Amino acid sequence: MVFLLLSAGVATAWYVRRHEHLLQPWRRVAQSKVALVSLLILSLFLLVGLLDTLHYREALPEKNKGETVYSSEVLSVFDYLVEPLRVNTEKTYSAPFALTLYAKESMTDDQGHAIRDYPRLKYGGAHLTDITERVSDVTKRALLGALSGFIAGVLLLLAIRKRISGPAISVSVISIACLIGAVVNLATVYHVLGTDKVGQDVLYLSLKSIRTGLIIGTVTTMVTLPLALFFGIAAGYFRGWVDDVIQYIYTVLSSIPSVLLIAAAVLMMQVTINTHPEWFDTTASRADLRLVFLCLILGVTSWTGLCRLLRGETLKLREMEYIQAAQAFGVSSMRILARHIMPNVMHIILIALVMDFSALVLAEAVLSYVGVGVDPSMISFGTMINAARLEMAREPMVWWALVSAFGFMLVLVLAANLFADAVRDAFDPRLNRTEAKA
Amino acid sequence: MIDYLIRRILYAIPILIGVNVLTFGLFFVVNTPDDMARMQLGIKRVTPEAIDKWKHQHGYDKPLMINSEASGTGHLTDTIFWQRSASMFMLDFGYSDDGRSISREIATRMGPSLAIALPTFLVGLIVYISFALMMTLFRATALDMVGVAICVLLMSISTLFYIIGGQFLVSKLWNLVPISGYVSGMSSLKFVVLPILIGIVGGVGSSSRWYRTIFIEEIGKDYVRTARSKGLSEFRVLFRHVLQNAMIPILTGVVVVIPLLFMGSLLTESFFGIPGLGSYTIDAINAQDFGVVRAMVFLGSVLYIVGLILTDISYTAVDPRVRLS
Repeated sequence: MVFLLLSAGVATAWYVRRHEHLLQPWRRVAQSKVALVSLLILSLFLLVGLLDTLHYREALPEKNKGETVYSSEVLSVFDYLVEPLRVNTEKTYSAPFALTLYAKESMTDDQGHAIRDYPRLKYGGAHLTDITERVSDVTKRALLGALSGFIAGVLLLLAIRKRISGPAISVSVISIACLIGAVVNLATVYHVLGTDKVGQDVLYLSLKSIRTGLIIGTVTTMVTLPLALFFGIAAGYFRGWVDDVIQYIYTVLSSIPSVLLIAAAVLMMQVTINTHPEWFDTTASRADLRLVFLCLILGVTSWTGLCRLLRGETLKLREMEYIQAAQAFGVSSMRILARHIMPNVMHIILIALVMDFSALVLAEAVLSYVGVGVDPSMISFGTMINAARLEMAREPMVWWALVSAFGFMLVLVLAANLFADAVRDAFDPRLNRTEAKA
Repeated sequence: MIDYLIRRILYAIPILIGVNVLTFGLFFVVNTPDDMARMQLGIKRVTPEAIDKWKHQHGYDKPLMINSEASGTGHLTDTIFWQRSASMFMLDFGYSDDGRSISREIATRMGPSLAIALPTFLVGLIVYISFALMMTLFRATALDMVGVAICVLLMSISTLFYIIGGQFLVSKLWNLVPISGYVSGMSSLKFVVLPILIGIVGGVGSSSRWYRTIFIEEIGKDYVRTARSKGLSEFRVLFRHVLQNAMIPILTGVVVVIPLLFMGSLLTESFFGIPGLGSYTIDAINAQDFGVVRAMVFLGSVLYIVGLILTDISYTAVDPRVRLS
């Protein structure tokens, strides 16, 4: 399904490239530096999400009769790339860059005396023999990584120099490359963002959460779009009883507070799942189903706003002369809708969709906290925050999981918001007019 | 005016019936009362007799939508749907699964919800609009740019972060107010200050930016140019003319939410341990108490429709050209 989406995206891009009038607003988007930088960050997130979506099941070492047996654990290409992050789990909490665990434990020293001390981590900084070397080692590795990132960034820029110009892009490409280089170099030997309760690396969890957020954003959009498009245009174009029925449907849906509707639907699904445990062979498939269902519910509750916008716009459009000319020529309604109305409401759809995306990512975290979000076994920003929230009361405080979840979310949503703004500025005809006047 | 109101209220009835059918469908058709009974009594080792007893106790031992055995109007009325829905229109919500009257719970929990929601709403509105006016006054300057940038940044931060961060900073680090809890009366002030503050800060980003867009759009219109050419100061133009003319779009967004204030905020209330309607709903969701969730859904949609009607009425107050007919 993901590949279908991706190919559809590529096909659209190709189609747009060949039509100058469609290309123009995108040119305006490309002129904005902020938009390009946020697009760059978004595509990085997208890359991580895509890599994480390519699932496979590892073949276990052959046991008997040469029959290939597959592991029940589903892995993704992304998991494979960051193998050390996934496999090197500690016992429990440890702070970022820490060498020792968070809590003291009893152990015996060389002479056999029992002492209580912070035990060394199994993996974090295990190559160091002298603890005092830590700061210099971290700096050295960070600088080294940043340097290689810098070189990679410069090479990348040289390779695509002809396409993109402007110092803002170059600076951001290089600084992102430096950051990635430094983090990658450090992550091989340290837990850069610490570890959580069961010793999993927080950086790994944060990166995995990106996929959940992106899926919620895109799949929900996929549900919203056809509903809103179909009903909105139909209501606006046919009027009469069709309009009445559709208006009735969306008033009913929007008069229910959306959180409650989502909660009610998820609650119902939970009971269904609990009463039919035989439907699912693994917990992963159950979590996936829940995620898809959540997207469905979110989509069903959130199409009404876009639908209303589209209905209003279609009402306006159907009185236009070119539509009436088409009607006079005897063009069928379906054809008028597809050829004349659809292209003219596309800008509304596009603006609404990009604006909604960031709201959905934020909504996921809130819903997961309320207990009606994704399955607790699924790694997402919401579940991360939920788990980390309880640890605030500990002394000394366990802050790193919470901070990194919020940090990653902030970057993702901020980039999405900025990009949405640029798209709106470029596509909204009303804004363009005021610009021309000024 | 009266005609209009009556028509709107009559129009609300089919919508409420629709809401009811929808929630009913969600709860009772997909999960039959048998499933619910099994859920409440524990999944394993339930005798059919126990299920029947539970259903009888909760009044679920009737057919769902149509009772073919009863005669006359009993055909429709002697069913779960009728018994559960009709009473809702009389604002009688029945009993929750732990046997308490839902109506009484709602009445007692409304106070704390309002104590948080009302000040958040009022103070918030003033803060957002003045911030937006300030940005409009200094539009296209560095101050405006910084303001918009701050708005976008604040918009991108999760509400959860505001709540957790605020609790940590104000309550734990500075020890100014208690982390959570609630008492009735004036002494509750120290409990509600932080939630109100966080509620306001959390909304600044999106609201101020939205109001700024409205103001900027108004400022491009002809009457503003006329007012300026008369020699009015920019300040006067903004407050006397632009603010008044921007009232319609502002009211559209604002009045709808006033009745919903009763519902409280799910998140804030549960984080701060305030015994309002929001935390009631969350508890019901977690306890899978269908009766309560259904009652809250119904209440919410009634309030939403009231809000829509209020919005229309408020238009007449700010714009003499609007007549309800």
